[in-house]
Amino acid sequence: MNVAIRQNRVVVRPVKRQPRRLVQRIFAHTVLIVLSAIFSIPFFWLVTSSLKINEQLAAFPIVWIPNPITFEHYVTGLKFVPFPLYIINTLYICAVTVIGAVISNAWIAYGLSRIRWPLRIPLFAIILGTMMIPFQVTMIPLFVVFRNMGWFNSYLPLTVPSFFGNAFYIFLLRQFFMTIPMELSEAAKVDGANELVIFGRVILPLTKPALATVALFQFLGAWGDYLGPLIYLSDKDRYTVSLGLALFQGEYNAEFGGLMAASTVMMLPIIILFFFTQRTFIQGITLTGIKG
Amino acid sequence: MTTAGQPVTGAVLRLRWRRPWTRQSINNFLWGLLFTFPTIIGLVWLVIYPVTASLYYSFTSYSIFGRYKWIGLSNYKALLNDQNFWISLYNTIYFVIFSVPLGIVVALILALLLNMKVRGMAIYRTIFYLPSIVPAVASAVVWSYVFNPQYGILNNLLRLIGINGPGWLASPVWAKPALIIMSTWGVGSLMIILLAGLQDVPQELYDAALVDGATWWPRFWHVTIPFISPHLFFALVTGLIGGFQYFTQVHVLTGGSGGPARSTLVYALYLYQNAFQFFKMGYASAMAWILFVIVVLCTLLVFRNLSGRIYYGGM
Repeated sequence: MNVAIRQNRVVVRPVKRQPRRLVQRIFAHTVLIVLSAIFSIPFFWLVTSSLKINEQLAAFPIVWIPNPITFEHYVTGLKFVPFPLYIINTLYICAVTVIGAVISNAWIAYGLSRIRWPLRIPLFAIILGTMMIPFQVTMIPLFVVFRNMGWFNSYLPLTVPSFFGNAFYIFLLRQFFMTIPMELSEAAKVDGANELVIFGRVILPLTKPALATVALFQFLGAWGDYLGPLIYLSDKDRYTVSLGLALFQGEYNAEFGGLMAASTVMMLPIIILFFFTQRTFIQGITLTGIKG
Repeated sequence: MTTAGQPVTGAVLRLRWRRPWTRQSINNFLWGLLFTFPTIIGLVWLVIYPVTASLYYSFTSYSIFGRYKWIGLSNYKALLNDQNFWISLYNTIYFVIFSVPLGIVVALILALLLNMKVRGMAIYRTIFYLPSIVPAVASAVVWSYVFNPQYGILNNLLRLIGINGPGWLASPVWAKPALIIMSTWGVGSLMIILLAGLQDVPQELYDAALVDGATWWPRFWHVTIPFISPHLFFALVTGLIGGFQYFTQVHVLTGGSGGPARSTLVYALYLYQNAFQFFKMGYASAMAWILFVIVVLCTLLVFRNLSGRIYYGGM
């Protein structure tokens, strides 16, 4: 668009903007590279430190590149605290809550978007309203409830609630369901399908990307959750990676190498997952505005 | 909330008066209930009951162990005289006032830069986004080492340019700024939201502004900002709600103490200590309700002052 019409005058924008564009680009790249470096420093520090020998960890002036490279911290770090066990525990919670979140929220969002019934909008408004309630408000009574149910020191308080819907995911899936034309449902109804069939055969297959987003965010949330496990788990055997790492940090505070190795282990699955699912991530955030 | 209530009564009225209960509408109602019963149970069990119970506990001496009794406003009165309560409130407000606007500004700068359609945009985007998905505990552990006064990379970098860095997390003055820096590292998802908003700004408007001879700043202020105002508004509201609940990093970094010298004793941490270390659950519930009221008031304040200025034409 080099020509624009304004007040009946044709204005031709001069083409000689090219050099300014170039300067602009160089400027943008410079700033972006500097900012990237700043944002990457903690990652750089984490990975290099986990590979340094002890003398270099606390050396002054600091050693930037580990030399020699050692993996001993990965061996010792994982020995202080039973991380493999914690990883399995956490993966279990992740798996159950991912299943719970995907099934329940798709199910609920369907009822709030594809069926015309009077409570559809008030119910959705209430669900959105609950997002304003700080976790701290429900935390204590929920603890009492779950404890009285004998669920303390089990994974149930961490997993079961995921089967009862989550405001963010309901919002995300409802948005997505609303973009599917109602004619599809009507057509299926003419063919004799009921809502269950439409949900399973028509809507779900069309919503795979959104379901993947929910699964991804739920995995991320459960993998990194701290307050939940902190409140409900007391046996060290049942700890999650988050709790294990915090425990390690508290008890072996000076074991920089081991701590960095354990942190790397905790971050790695997330980063690998990110590289395989980048588009799902980006789409999901822009759809809902969920903060990671 | 009130606007959301409008179509409701409309729907109910239509159902009752214009359209009597037909077999179709009864059917739909039943299907609707079938699909939403998990959330109805969830709302009652996991939200409505706990919120009400929490309010009730706040008027009692509840502590899970043993008996408890109704003590009226005593918890609230005690809080007003509790120095730690005021310190934790101050620390949290300090954190929110700096971290939320700083986070929005940094995210906006990053998004504007990425929106210039430079080459390698995907790589930059990944670098800026990645920190926001790192688990909170892992990032806290890494930053504790970055901030280490002697061996940490930050003070070593500062030393390179001739600055003697502070003690960061070990210093009562610098601990809160350290937390703010740490939280700014995680603005990536906010950046993505703002970037999506920027990409929706119609190019014609920029062209028109250019023709009018508008320089960079007027274009930014009169075109870009109005168009992404809903996104900025969202960022502000979620930032406030999240900021008041800030907990994990502090709990990990300070071993749950909120040190040094209570300088990082944030509200959610002091609440947690009361509930699960001192088992003063009634007292902690009173704190939770005060937090709830603060969050609701802040949100309403933001809505009242800003919602008139938001331009939804771009949505």
